[in-house]
Order: sequence, then C-alpha cells, then structure tokens
Amino acid sequence: MNDMRIVERTVSTDTAKMTARRAQVYYGDNHALKDVDVDILDKTVTAFIGPSGCGKSTFLRCLNRMNDTVASARVMGEIKLDGEDIYDKRVDPVVLRAKIGMVFQKPNPFPKSIYENVAYGPRIHGLARGKAELDAIVETSLKKAALWNEVKDRLDAPGTGLSGGQQQRLCIARAIATSPEVLLMDEPCSALDPIATAQVEELIDELRSQFSVVIVTHSMQQAARVSQRTAFFHLGHLVEYGETGQIFTNPKDPRTESYITGRIG
Amino acid sequence: MSVGLISLIVLGLAALGFFLGRQKALSSVKGDARLLHSLPSYYGWSVALFTAVPAMLVMIVWLFVQPTLLETQVASTIPAENIAASGNISLVMADVRRIADGLDLVAARAGLDEAGIDALRADFSDLRGRLAEVGVALGANVDGAILAAAKEYRTYSNSLRLGMSVVVLLAALIGAGFAWMRISPDLRARNLVEQFTMALLIGCSLIAVATTAGIIASLVFETWHFFQLYPAKDFFFSLTWNPQFRGGSDLGLWPLVWGTMYVSFISLVVAVPIGLMAAIYLSEYASPRMRATAKPLLEILAGIPSIVYGLFALVTVGPLLRDWIAGPLGLGNSSSSVMTAGLVMGIMLIPYVSSLSDDIINAVPQAMRDGSFGLGATQSETVKRVVIPAALPGIVGAILLAASRAIGETMIVVMGAGAAAQLSLNPFEAMTTVTVKIVSQLTGDTEFASPETLVAFALGLTLFCITLALNVLALVIVRKYREQYE
Ligand SMILES: Nc1ncnc2c1ncn2[C@@H]1O[C@H](COP(=O)(O)OP(=O)(O)OP(=O)(O)O)[C@@H](O)[C@H]1O
Ligand SMILES: [Mg+2]
Repeated sequence: MNDMRIVERTVSTDTAKMTARRAQVYYGDNHALKDVDVDILDKTVTAFIGPSGCGKSTFLRCLNRMNDTVASARVMGEIKLDGEDIYDKRVDPVVLRAKIGMVFQKPNPFPKSIYENVAYGPRIHGLARGKAELDAIVETSLKKAALWNEVKDRLDAPGTGLSGGQQQRLCIARAIATSPEVLLMDEPCSALDPIATAQVEELIDELRSQFSVVIVTHSMQQAARVSQRTAFFHLGHLVEYGETGQIFTNPKDPRTESYITGRIG
Repeated sequence: MSVGLISLIVLGLAALGFFLGRQKALSSVKGDARLLHSLPSYYGWSVALFTAVPAMLVMIVWLFVQPTLLETQVASTIPAENIAASGNISLVMADVRRIADGLDLVAARAGLDEAGIDALRADFSDLRGRLAEVGVALGANVDGAILAAAKEYRTYSNSLRLGMSVVVLLAALIGAGFAWMRISPDLRARNLVEQFTMALLIGCSLIAVATTAGIIASLVFETWHFFQLYPAKDFFFSLTWNPQFRGGSDLGLWPLVWGTMYVSFISLVVAVPIGLMAAIYLSEYASPRMRATAKPLLEILAGIPSIVYGLFALVTVGPLLRDWIAGPLGLGNSSSSVMTAGLVMGIMLIPYVSSLSDDIINAVPQAMRDGSFGLGATQSETVKRVVIPAALPGIVGAILLAASRAIGETMIVVMGAGAAAQLSLNPFEAMTTVTVKIVSQLTGDTEFASPETLVAFALGLTLFCITLALNVLALVIVRKYREQYE
C-alpha cells in the first residue's frame, strides 16, 4: 500500500460551511491561538496537522463553542456557520452543538449501555419516533462506525467495558447518530489498530457526501489519505492552509516543509 | 515505675537503637552507603522497631492480664463470710480496691513507709476517718479481713508492676540486641521496615474490626439475658409499649420502631431533595466564587449541635405547627409531634446530604459532561442523564449516612416529638423512637437486672439490625443501577 498516495482532490463544492477570521483564544494569560483565518468547505474533509500543543484541539473546540465550558478560556474574532456568527448572543450553543458534532481526543463513552450511548443524542433531540426508528438509528450509526459486528450481541453491556479503540468508535457512532452538519474529530484514530483505522477513514470519506468533516491527526499519511484540505498549525499560528496535495508536495512555508518531512514536531 | 515512664524509656532505647543500628551499618561498609542493601536509616529503623514494638506489645498484654491476676489472687484470701455479708464478690473487691488506693493516699499524707502501712490496724487506728480525710468515703468501718486483703492487694500489685517493668525493659533490650546483631550489608532492612509498616496497618484495621465485634457481642449477650426474663414473642409481636415500675410491663417493639421510621422518613423527605438540589446547584451551576462562600455556610449547619436544633423544635417549630396547621385542621393540639421532629431533623440533615453529594458530583470527570454538551444537550439534561447516574452510588451512600443519623438521633426527638410511645398515622401526634426509649430505660431507677432495663440492649440490637439491613439494601441498589466511570 502506498501510504503517501494522494486521493482524488475533487471538492464537490466551493462554498464555505464555516469561516474563521482573526480567531484568538486565551486560556487566562496564555495566548493559545493567534489570528487564525480558515474557510472550512462544505462536503469536504479538512485535516488539521501540527506539533503537540500548537492549538489544534483549541481551534476545533472553538468551532462548536465547547470552549464555553472552560472557565478560563476567552475566544475572540469571528467564527461563522453558514454566514451566521456562532458567538452572537442570539445563538444558542446547545442548538449549535447539535449541528456540529464532536469526537473527543480521549474516548469518553457515558457510563451507560452501548445502546444508550448511541441513542443519547437522538433521544434528547427527539429524532426518532418510536423504538423501531431509534433501533434503526443505533444500528446504522454503529455500522458506519465499524463497531456493529463487535457489539451487536451485547448492546446492553456498558460502553465503558469496551476496549479503548472500541470506545473511540462508540464515540464516533454517538456523534453521527445525531446527523450533524459538521463533524469535528480530534485524533479519532490515535487508539485504533490499522484495520479499524482503515474502516474509520472509509467512514470519513463516506460522510463527506453529507457533512463537512474536520479531523485532527498526527499522522501525515492519514491526512494525505482522507483529506482534501489541510491546515498546518504551529505555536498557535495557522502557518499554511490549502489543498492537501499542494501542502504535501509543494508547501510554501519552510516550517510546513520541515514538519511534514519530520524535522520539527 | 509507671506506665508512662516505662514507655519513655523504651522509646529512648529505640532512638538509641536507631543511631547505633545506622552506625553499625555504615561502619560495616566503611562509610560507603552505596554498598549497603538499603539506605542507612532503614537499618536504624529496623533496630528501633525491634526495640519498641515487641516491648510495647508485651506491656499492653501485661496491662490487660494484670487486673484479672490481681483479682483472683486477692479474692482467694477473703473469707467467705465477708463475701456473704455484702452479697457479691465484685462489691467486696470494689471496697478492697478503694481501700488499697486510700492506703496509698493516707501513707503519702502521713509520711508513712511500708512498715508503717503494714502496722495500720483496722480496730485501733480509726482507718475510716483517716480514709475519709483523703477523700475515700466508706459506708462502714473497715473490717480486719478486708484491710488485710487491701494490704495484700497493694503489695501484690506493686510486685506485678515491678515485674512488668523488668519484663518490658528486658524485651526492649533483647529486641534491640537481636536486631543489632543481624545488621550486615546484605540485610534487607528496607523490606523489613516495609513488612513492619504493613503489620502495623493490619493491626490498626484489626482493632477497628475487633471493636465492632466486641460491641455486637456485648449487645447480643445482654439481649440474650433479656429474653430469658421476658418472652421474645411479646417483644417482637406485641403492639404496646408500657413499661411498669414494678414488673408486668408490656415491652412491645413496634410502637418504637414505627416512631423511628416515621420521624426518619419525614426528615429524609425534607433533607434529600433539598440537599441534593443544593449540591447540584453548587457543583454544576454556581460560579467558583459563589461555591466558595455557599459551601462553608451550608457546612456550618452541620456543625450545630443537635440539642440546639432540639430547642428550635421545642420553642419555634412545634408551637408554629400546632397553631397554624394541626389546630386549624383539627389534627391535634400537641406541640410535640412527629412532624416537628421530622422537619427539624430534616433541616439538620440537609448539609450532610448536600456536602457529600457535592463532592461526589464534582468527582464525575469533566469528559462525561463534555461528551454530553458536545451532542447538544443542555445543562439540566446533562445533569439528569449523565452526571447523576454516574454519581449515583456515592449519592446513595450520602443518603444512607443521613438515614443512619436520622435513625440514631435522640435529642431532637425528645424535644420535638415527645416521649409517648404509640402507633398512629397522624403526623401531628406525639410519638417516640427507639433511641429515646433506650435512654429512658437505662436511666430509670429500676434495677439493672430487670427486663425493664435490659430491654434497652434488645432495642439497641434491633436498631443495629435495621441500619445493617439499610446498608445491605443500599449496596444491592447501587450494584444494580451503578453506571461506573473510570
Ligand atoms: N483547558 C485548558 N486550560 C488551559 N490551557 C489549555 C487548556 N487546553 C489547552 N490549553 C493550552 O493551549 C495550548 C494548545 O493546546 P491544544 O490542546 O489545543 O493542543 P493540541 O494542538 O491539540 O495538542 P495535541 O496534539 O497534543 O493534542 C497548550 O499550550 C495548552 O497548554
Ligand atoms: Mg489535541
């Protein structure tokens, strides 16, 4: 398998789903994210790469206002979803997060059964009428997350009893069960074996037909395989953002080049 | 030598052993500590522990055995007619002990030596008067045989004390010598200290377990006594509680258990919802500053002695309920009622529930909440569906603790609910609980061996069984519904 194979770069649309302009994040006095401008395109997979601690997760959490739950975090600048400022006072973060799903860096299944974990979102948003529909949502979500075959006989077992990689796929299933418009994935494959990784990457590619996907990854190969757009972060700055093929074959910034060739990070 | 002095000497020996042991270990490798198996101080500790621990153990055992030895030895010298005169050997022995102590005081005041004490005679030297001068009042003149026994008691106890000093110090020296001899660079002193530490910890937990077992054993023993004087069938199945001063009492358990349950139930109905909601507010909604002020304030409530709550029940809540609720509704005209005690006890329990639950809710990992928020859940949905289920075992524990306090509470019941045992559904009537009756039966002036007094132990055992059952029940509930996070 040629790992650096570049997937076809056709981007279905060029409309921006989310736009960030001069986005800043402070944790107390720590300026963690500086002047980030990004357009996340509709029906596209965008990869965020960069060394540890450069602010990838921080920026991801800005996109669905999860930083609101961190007391010390302050977000400035402008972030829009479909042309609407998501930090506007009139926007309800709860509604926003239902539209922008998230898979966290560390798997965090609820201490409930596998079924209840996946059914959680559909239940609180009233997406299913009746038990049969809910069952169907749970089943398709688990199938998409490549977990169905492993858990179909023990849907009542606690989700916390699964292995780390299975838990992460459960969290993916949980996130796609609410059918969000944008899916944010923070290192979804860091605990997965190659087979499950390939399945999740397949899922990401499949999801692209319905949503925008943003994926944070430390694997250059993965970024090259699954994404159409890549953003490289370094020390809180967005260094370079562009078409994945261009970033990996012909980076403009010397820092990007040394990172992808393994000299920094 | 007194116990304190012996302990001090043993500790001094241990300290000395520490330095000598450390010294020997170091000098055995010519000061190069790297050649030793363990750090030098561990060798010191191994000697110190071998010096102090066996010696202290010997002393503790000796102190436990000494009184029994003394009693049997002295009791055998007392003539049978003296025992018959006071009716009971333990009464005679109590006199002997008091006189023996008194003799010490008399000797100290009059500057008598051993020979002088020996010369004291019951019939000549107005012993009763002299003993009274030093604060030992006796009911009758000192009998010659008793005085002899007291003298015997003194000498024997002195020699036992001396024996103890010798044995304990010998044990310390032998232990120190043994440990000191063993020191060599290869001795695994570090592991030795580790094992000693573990043994110490095990010992401490054993003490806790043994105490519990002892308490239960004494309860069971006295209860068994009670059931020999009073039929168990009546205790468990009679519905009246009516102790009589001169026998023929009805000692039915149910009115008291009913009162306990009723009062506890009302107090939990007050305390659990309020306490839980306060905890949820504090841990999930309140700003850190709000939390920092509100939590200590709530905990002050927990520090108020229950008798103060009792006053509050007696003076304020009771009359208020009578005049505004019970009276107008025609439910009764007593100011002490189950409702009064239950309400006030509930207020007392709020901080128990809230403070513990707050800690437990805070221990639920933030990642759980993030997961829920990330799916678009609101704060209250997150609390209801994720946080509370994850915290449930701890919350049940907190409620259980509150329930045990409610069941064991006495003061508020006496002052709020009265002392009349009855079976009634009306919450505005006076009732009483098991604990209140335990106190009143034990402090009554009936003699100790009567069923009216011994029933207190049966009641205590019942209470113990109830709380035990509650604990087991809670454990089962928690096992069944627990949603465990890592
Ligand atoms: N909750 C927080 N409170 C305070 N500082 C934070 C918090 N989260 C992140 N930071 C800081 O923000 C900076 C960026 O962190 P971030 O988690 O975004 O890094 P990352 O790029 O996701 O790294 P990694 O690849 O290791 O996950 C770091 O310096 C970190 O210390
Ligand atoms: Mg991260």
